[in-house]
Amino acid sequence: MTGNPTIEKISCYHCGDDCLTEAYTLDDKHFCCHGCKSVYQLLSESQLCNYYTYNDHPGATRARTDRRFDYLSEPAIVSQLIDYTDDQVTMVTFYIPHIHCSSCLWLLEKLHKINPAIHYCRVDFLKKQLNIRFDHYRISLQQLVELLYDIGYEPLISLQDVIKEQSAATKDQLVQKIAVAGFCFGNVMLLSFPEYFGISTYEHSFRQFFGWLNVLFGLPVVFYSGREYFVSAWQNLRRKSLNIDFPLALGIAVLFIRTFFEVATHIGAGFADTLCGLVFFLLVGKFVQKKTYHHISFERDYRSFFPVAVNTVVDEKEKPVPLADLQTGHRILIRNNEIIPADAILLKGHALIDFSFVTGEAVPINKTWGEIIYAGGRQTGEAIELEVIKPVSQSYLTQLWNNEAFNRKQDNRMQTFNQKVSKYFTVVLLVIAIASLLFWLPTDLNRGIAAFTAVLIVACPCALALSTPFTMSAALSIFDRNLFYLKNTAVVEQLAAIDTIVMDKTGTITTSDNDNIQLNAQLSDEERELVYNVCMHSNHPLSRMICRYLGNHKRLPVTNLSEAAGRGITASVNGYQVRIGSEQHVSGYSRNTLAGTKVHVAIDGNYKGYFAFAHQYREGLKNINSLETDYELYLLSGDQDHERFELIRFFKTTDKLFFNQSPQDKLDFIGKLQENGAKVMMIGDGLNDAGALKQSDLGIAVTDNVNNFSPGSDAIMDGKSFGKLPAFLKFSKDTVRIIHASFLISLTYNFIGLSYAITGKLSPLFAAILMPVSTITIISFTSLATHFAAKKRKLS
Amino acid sequence: MSVIYFLIGCSVVLALIFLTAFFWAQRTGQNEDLYTPSVRILLDDSEDADDK
Repeated sequence: MTGNPTIEKISCYHCGDDCLTEAYTLDDKHFCCHGCKSVYQLLSESQLCNYYTYNDHPGATRARTDRRFDYLSEPAIVSQLIDYTDDQVTMVTFYIPHIHCSSCLWLLEKLHKINPAIHYCRVDFLKKQLNIRFDHYRISLQQLVELLYDIGYEPLISLQDVIKEQSAATKDQLVQKIAVAGFCFGNVMLLSFPEYFGISTYEHSFRQFFGWLNVLFGLPVVFYSGREYFVSAWQNLRRKSLNIDFPLALGIAVLFIRTFFEVATHIGAGFADTLCGLVFFLLVGKFVQKKTYHHISFERDYRSFFPVAVNTVVDEKEKPVPLADLQTGHRILIRNNEIIPADAILLKGHALIDFSFVTGEAVPINKTWGEIIYAGGRQTGEAIELEVIKPVSQSYLTQLWNNEAFNRKQDNRMQTFNQKVSKYFTVVLLVIAIASLLFWLPTDLNRGIAAFTAVLIVACPCALALSTPFTMSAALSIFDRNLFYLKNTAVVEQLAAIDTIVMDKTGTITTSDNDNIQLNAQLSDEERELVYNVCMHSNHPLSRMICRYLGNHKRLPVTNLSEAAGRGITASVNGYQVRIGSEQHVSGYSRNTLAGTKVHVAIDGNYKGYFAFAHQYREGLKNINSLETDYELYLLSGDQDHERFELIRFFKTTDKLFFNQSPQDKLDFIGKLQENGAKVMMIGDGLNDAGALKQSDLGIAVTDNVNNFSPGSDAIMDGKSFGKLPAFLKFSKDTVRIIHASFLISLTYNFIGLSYAITGKLSPLFAAILMPVSTITIISFTSLATHFAAKKRKLS
Repeated sequence: MSVIYFLIGCSVVLALIFLTAFFWAQRTGQNEDLYTPSVRILLDDSEDADDK
């Protein structure tokens, strides 16, 4: 303690936090804690101080320093984490949430300077991934992770990393298919132009050459690029359903066969460029639809939040055990900032559990000896010992994932407009094609076949198939700009179909940062100083918040300090005796008061008052009122009902507010609404809403930082955009209307084409013009209309 | 006019070379991360030069 009054704020050279003491200085640079200082030391020894020149304060705060990577010495866990290993090198990919600026990139790619056993590092900035190749004889995986930890880049190692999902491979294949289709499209168009402009008689020998080349280019388009349309159409046919891929596959097949015959029998040039153009545009539509957010995962469940392994105590010795092997009766050791992975009884130590990821409640809860602590809480403070009473998958919280809602197939929740229409479209198309065949059959067989194939070609629903992906991807980028991230394009339509909205309370409609402190006491400046100095000595989150609230004060010597975990602090400062904490602790008795968390203060036995930590409702919550007319609004809260009357402001009646809801209750409540025919949207934030989010027709996770953990859902919303919810819902309805309009446009084009086709006299040139024109119309209409709609809803 | 056969052959071969180049780029993962190189190029590597 320096005893030096600091009025001006000094921020940490490493992380930018305010320096509360001047104890940590090195090379004339100030640091907020020992952790930050040691990172700087490490970097300056390795001559990597350029790290600080690219950005101001690029580091992460290192106030908490505890290593917990012993489990990385278990071979069973290591083998699940690494990508590749041979007898010389090992390759591994880490997800590092702190990667955020060019300094991070620079430093992480210079790891070989700190430890030469690391051969190669590559950062993927958007995915926040680090790919490392290292010599595993000279540095172990554990040492590598500890090195990353030492420089402030702790990788997030979770069980869901272990279960790696390879979705990237399929998308890359699509790009290659587009490349092939585009390549063939370009070449075929070039070779078809002479035919369209008319070939003079002495150039006639080229016609055959061009024709066969076109057929040759058509081959990879049909059998490589267009293959999945045949596969999908066939699979749907076997399931006795017709989707839009069926007329598309039929169109592609007919185009190719007819082109082949026309070229082979010298009767015409065929439709090779229509064929290639069709497949090319269709695949581009598919690509546009597959928007992915690298930095957001929608499929997270408790596994990505829980640790990979936990330390058990066997014969007074610590032994890391993978979570899956954790059994009832195991004694586990949980240190500061570690997560309790299974329901357990507290055996040793003072537990102060932060359930913010489970319930959204930011203030930690005290647990005493012998109490059951549910899985999902994060211990703050000293190390505790617990005995596991239920295995991980059977715990109070995690057993939610055994519910059938989690095993249901994802995409069949709601049928999209596209799917509904394409069924009828296909039937009508086939009827027209066969009718025109039958009409010409008695008089002219050739003309009948020509009409039949022409109908299938010209009515091929290319524009129809493109209208949804292009509208949706435009809508998705609008949502994206407003910090509302949808899992896929189908979610937009689900959003439009919703008629019931269910909200969680804590963390969803209230903000999780608890800076809203009210001081209900008359404290003189001197008394403030006393309280500040006592709180400075406590690591309890509430004490830290009080310190921040009171601001910087002079440091005074504090003596006789005693902290009773979960109750409060007693200390002597400047000859005054100060008691801070619960009412029981401060004044010796406890009135049963409602409403929120309070910290009471008494100086020299005189009760002074209390600090109240109130929930702050999200900005824009009042906008929710406007939803009342069109939607049924419900509120489900896991808390007591002391806020019932405050919430009436927003919900008008208390009939639809439900309190004391367990995670299972929430899930069941949604299920009951759905049984009554409601299309339910659930808005939640914590793991305790995970079941309800999954059960609902559309689950939205609200979070203050999209990179943080959020439960599996269909959409993730940044808390800042919460007030825009009514606009989002209206905009989704606009989007669906735009899709309907573009369907009408493409049907008009189909009609024009059909009126030529049924006569059996469809010229290749006409088809070659009609197809791109209709496609371009649809693309420009949908993107313009979507942006116009966004402007109307003030979202762009 | 039979030179057209040759010219078309050349153009197709040239286009095929580009297509193969694209496939190669795709397979070696050059298109996987389109953002990081734009940051990386702004960082000095003068220190590396000092080492060597």
